[in-house]
Amino acid sequence: MRAFEYLSASSVREAVEALAARNGRARVLAGGTDLIVQLREGRREVDLVVDIKAIPEANRLEFDLQTGLLVGAAVPCYRMVGFLNAAGIYPGLAAAAGLVGGTQIQGRATLGGNLCNASPAADTIPALIVHRAACLITGPQGERELPAEDFCTGPGQTALQPGEFLLALRLPPEPEGFGAHYVRFTPRNEMDIAVAGAGASLRLAGSPARIIEARVALGAVAPTPLLVREAGASLVGKAPTLEAFEEAGRLAREAARPIDDMRGTAAQRRHLSGVLVRRALETAYQRASRGGDA
Amino acid sequence: MNEKETYRVIGTRPLRPDGADKVTGRALYGADLRLPGMLYGAVLRSPHAHARILSIDTSAAEALPGVKAVVTAADLPDVEAKVASLGEGSVNTRYQSWNILAREKALYYGHAVAVVAAASVHIAQEAVKLIRVNYEVLPPVLDVLQAMQADAPILLRDLRTDELGEKGSALTNVAAHHQTKKGDVERGFQEAAVTVEREFHTATVHQGYIEPQNATALYNQDGRITIWCSTQGSFGVRDQLKDILDVPVAQIKVVPMEIGGGFGGKNNVYLEPLAALLSKKSGHKPVRLTMNHADVLSATGPTSGSVIRVKMGARKDGRITAAQAWLAYEAGAFPGSPVTSGMGVIFGPYAIENVLLDGYDVVVNKPPAAAYRAPGGTNAAFAAEVVIDELAEKLGMDPLDLRLLNAAKEGDRKADGVAYGRIGCVEVLEAARNHPHYRAPLPGKFRGRGVAAGSWGNYGGKSSASASVNSDGSVNLVEGSVDIGGSRASISMQLAETLQIPVESIRPQVADTDTVGYTEGTYGSRTTFATGWAVYELGRRLIGLLCERAAQLWDVEPGQVTYEGGVFSCGGQRLSFAELAGKMDETGGAVVASVSVQPETWGPAFAAHIVDVEVDPETGKVDILRYTAVQDVGKAVHPAYVEGQIQGGVAQGVGWGLSEGYYYDAQGRLANASLLDYRMPTSLDLPAIETVIVEVPNPGHPYGVRGVGEVPIVPPPAAIANAIYRAVGVRLTTLPMSPARVLEALGKA
Amino acid sequence: MTPGKVTVHTRINGEEVTFLCEPRQSLLEVLRMELGFTGAKECCNNGNCGACSVLLDGVLVNSCLVLAVEAEGKSILTVEGIAPAEGLHLLQQKFLEHAALQCGICTPGFIVSAYALLQRNPRPSEQEVRRWMAGNLCRCTGYDKIIAAVLDAAACLREKASGEVRVP
Repeated sequence: MRAFEYLSASSVREAVEALAARNGRARVLAGGTDLIVQLREGRREVDLVVDIKAIPEANRLEFDLQTGLLVGAAVPCYRMVGFLNAAGIYPGLAAAAGLVGGTQIQGRATLGGNLCNASPAADTIPALIVHRAACLITGPQGERELPAEDFCTGPGQTALQPGEFLLALRLPPEPEGFGAHYVRFTPRNEMDIAVAGAGASLRLAGSPARIIEARVALGAVAPTPLLVREAGASLVGKAPTLEAFEEAGRLAREAARPIDDMRGTAAQRRHLSGVLVRRALETAYQRASRGGDA
Repeated sequence: MNEKETYRVIGTRPLRPDGADKVTGRALYGADLRLPGMLYGAVLRSPHAHARILSIDTSAAEALPGVKAVVTAADLPDVEAKVASLGEGSVNTRYQSWNILAREKALYYGHAVAVVAAASVHIAQEAVKLIRVNYEVLPPVLDVLQAMQADAPILLRDLRTDELGEKGSALTNVAAHHQTKKGDVERGFQEAAVTVEREFHTATVHQGYIEPQNATALYNQDGRITIWCSTQGSFGVRDQLKDILDVPVAQIKVVPMEIGGGFGGKNNVYLEPLAALLSKKSGHKPVRLTMNHADVLSATGPTSGSVIRVKMGARKDGRITAAQAWLAYEAGAFPGSPVTSGMGVIFGPYAIENVLLDGYDVVVNKPPAAAYRAPGGTNAAFAAEVVIDELAEKLGMDPLDLRLLNAAKEGDRKADGVAYGRIGCVEVLEAARNHPHYRAPLPGKFRGRGVAAGSWGNYGGKSSASASVNSDGSVNLVEGSVDIGGSRASISMQLAETLQIPVESIRPQVADTDTVGYTEGTYGSRTTFATGWAVYELGRRLIGLLCERAAQLWDVEPGQVTYEGGVFSCGGQRLSFAELAGKMDETGGAVVASVSVQPETWGPAFAAHIVDVEVDPETGKVDILRYTAVQDVGKAVHPAYVEGQIQGGVAQGVGWGLSEGYYYDAQGRLANASLLDYRMPTSLDLPAIETVIVEVPNPGHPYGVRGVGEVPIVPPPAAIANAIYRAVGVRLTTLPMSPARVLEALGKA
Repeated sequence: MTPGKVTVHTRINGEEVTFLCEPRQSLLEVLRMELGFTGAKECCNNGNCGACSVLLDGVLVNSCLVLAVEAEGKSILTVEGIAPAEGLHLLQQKFLEHAALQCGICTPGFIVSAYALLQRNPRPSEQEVRRWMAGNLCRCTGYDKIIAAVLDAAACLREKASGEVRVP
């Protein structure tokens, strides 16, 4: 591995200054489960690694009924999943985050890192998108927020500007009648990367129930995780039926732009997009109708 | 001959002698070794699947501070072409040298081109990046059928087809055509009421041992070379090094470290010659080289991808009248696929009158094939056992009944004309048919049950061992068999059985090549069989020597002393083993013995597997619900490790069947060279694996032992394919039967 | 540019250990190469096999995916720290009794992983053990005997802790 310097930043400012000073030759370290592999394999070269785990704001893990969930970028998956499961909140996000690697990876990998690594197949990103998560970005120009669906710009590419880093993610509160879920398909039951993944959320209202809001997002079928607006829109105003979910799946399948690679074929991915969207919607619907704690 | 024998040690489940070291992390594997002044190496590997090497400039690497030596093919002697046995398959020394470091051409993605030794592994890795190689990139040949075409790009400048023993004249990628014939298949097919013919494709797969290859070498000023490495056979490493480095065998000492898995893939040398040359060139410093799994997957192993066509015919009553197979195996970059071994396995469980087998060994731009657990057998059995399943279906017969009707027995001749001795094929198939699993209902949609049988010939080979008796009655055992899965236990148990003493009294030690007699590697399911035989002879010799000591004490003839139940006696005189051991000093000092054996016959192994699967028709995913593996093991010396061998073979077979396979891009780069994307089963992908041990003792072994390690990998892909057919009605003929392939077969994608 | 070495203060298996390392060195590399803890195995070296598992402040991690400098102020438990002063830990004993290892290279990682599981969940189901251990690859055993050993160890540990009677 090429040599680099290491800084354990203790404040946001220290991290921002260090990152800005290296002009793109520095990289943030949170869980390291992607970064360290990339450095070792020479897929990334940096002069400085800035560890953000000692920054208090990056370790926040808070829930408030009014403001929702705040997850610092350095919070490891196991901690967040444990927190969500214990509180019975955001089961769709917990499902996605729990899929990131095996137990050892869960002990280190973070939601923020999964986002910043910007893999098209990242499990948590479709879940964040359907939860309407916002990315809290900090940098030399101060803080800004970006919707999760706009964060990734290409494989391994993000909207972060030089000197900026992802500090935390904020998820709005799950409203009444809301449910979300993420499912992926992998040939192995663990330790695998999604051949395709689908996140879905919906909100029910009225009696008999109608869908008043819905979001559908896909993973591993395009250069970035994909918010399929037309699939979500197709659900709004409809009753939560299998036909409606299948129609959303069909639209998702059409939106997918998959490729053939060692993890799967384009045809398989396109097909799975429809299946997984329907399955994600079915579970999201169960959660929505059970009050979100399913 | 030992069916009525009752054993005191054999058949029990003692703790393994090396167990405490292995569960506490104390056991020393190759990469755990540290020597004073040690240097660390890194290998430059070809990024091209097929390229001519026009020049290599190592000057910048050599100039990097901390770099002590750089080695390229120019540092390797240009050795003569000659064929050397590797136990499981053979190897041409010249090609092996070309594989160690690419000489004129890089022949596969990951082919080693140059290697560096430096003060730290990080410096060595940086230095490797400074080596400039000028390549002329050539079109790669990745597919065995494509490689056989007349107009295919040619890999090797000296390869001509060995056509049934006759050398061809044209340059080719087809290294050899082998044929085995028995009876007249044409006539046999005419007699058939039903025939089934199919073509099968199987992916290149890897042994997947968790410990990557590693080697440490010290090339001493006096020319002596010591190698510490992870190998299945230390003497095999010595033999290969002597040829590749062209040095006398007496100059080489190989110290086998603990080995983290091999499955056939750690017989060949890769790093050992490089470490030795680097040590020599760096001023006789010890040099360690280790691989990572990208190296392991792209440049070691694997076993052959293949195309196999099978045609079988049977009469209405189920008797198979003819079987024909055409097998083309990828050899990788150099000749040496296990196609002949596949020809031996393909119809192995059956007595068939008319058989015709044609096998082709074909070079392609992939790493040269190494042995992998029953080399060439799993893909061959996949083809045959799916066809037999279809025959059974067409005949309206139970698939196990059909197999039993045709099962090979003692005296039946294989396709190659050799008659089987006492084998347990029928017993295994009957045990499978009578197993509750086979009769259990399997309710639920998209679920199916499949069966398949498998055979493996096993092997004998040379083994040596020596022992010395301690004054407390314990025995130090020195053996040359590397312990890859508990063989210290199974060998010690056979010595303890022979000596009629507790197994805890045996202190086994795996020794280096200077310390013990020639012993072939731990391969071919031979160790518990052949080294077990060696310690049986060793024990008999020790008893003979101890009888002489007792005779001295009692002033009688040695022939008058008997040994039974752990007690030496003559008339009223009695001494236990330990008591007599305590009197060695009075009777002439230490009691030691050495033996070497080379069994000429061994006992083939048979297996039958039953598997239940559930297919998700929407995703193509196949889940294993239940698995039962039945196997004739001759005599289970340590049943727990026998079960473990069976379970491990099943797990690898499941991976081969469902999720493992090399994925090359169009340029011939291996895209899934990691344990993330080369998908071996995890604990969550497998159910409990039930084992049924059948014991049909091998009359050719003092304790009835047959090799057990290899045959359990043979049936799984076929059994799973047959189960998938029962579940969703499609016959999968390509491995792995990945979700994408299942979806495709179901017409979904 | 050659960045200097960094001093790192840790507790390893209960003892204070201070070491010097380069930022690019993994915790695994330092444990094995500098400190002599070779029980953690370097196999895939990219987080896919679990053979280098250690506990970092009580959390199960792959030490190949931790920079050694990140261990500053942290406590590390390696396989060498599992056994009590006398004899073996029950998990280690059960691995031997069940023949839950063949080549043994993955065994230290499995022992550490199982140890972490049983600390968190003394009564895991078979499926929970399989899921927890999915990050530890074994190529020899098919996992069957490993799972049995862990379940047996869990039952024995519960029995020891509470006098609970085992249901066979």
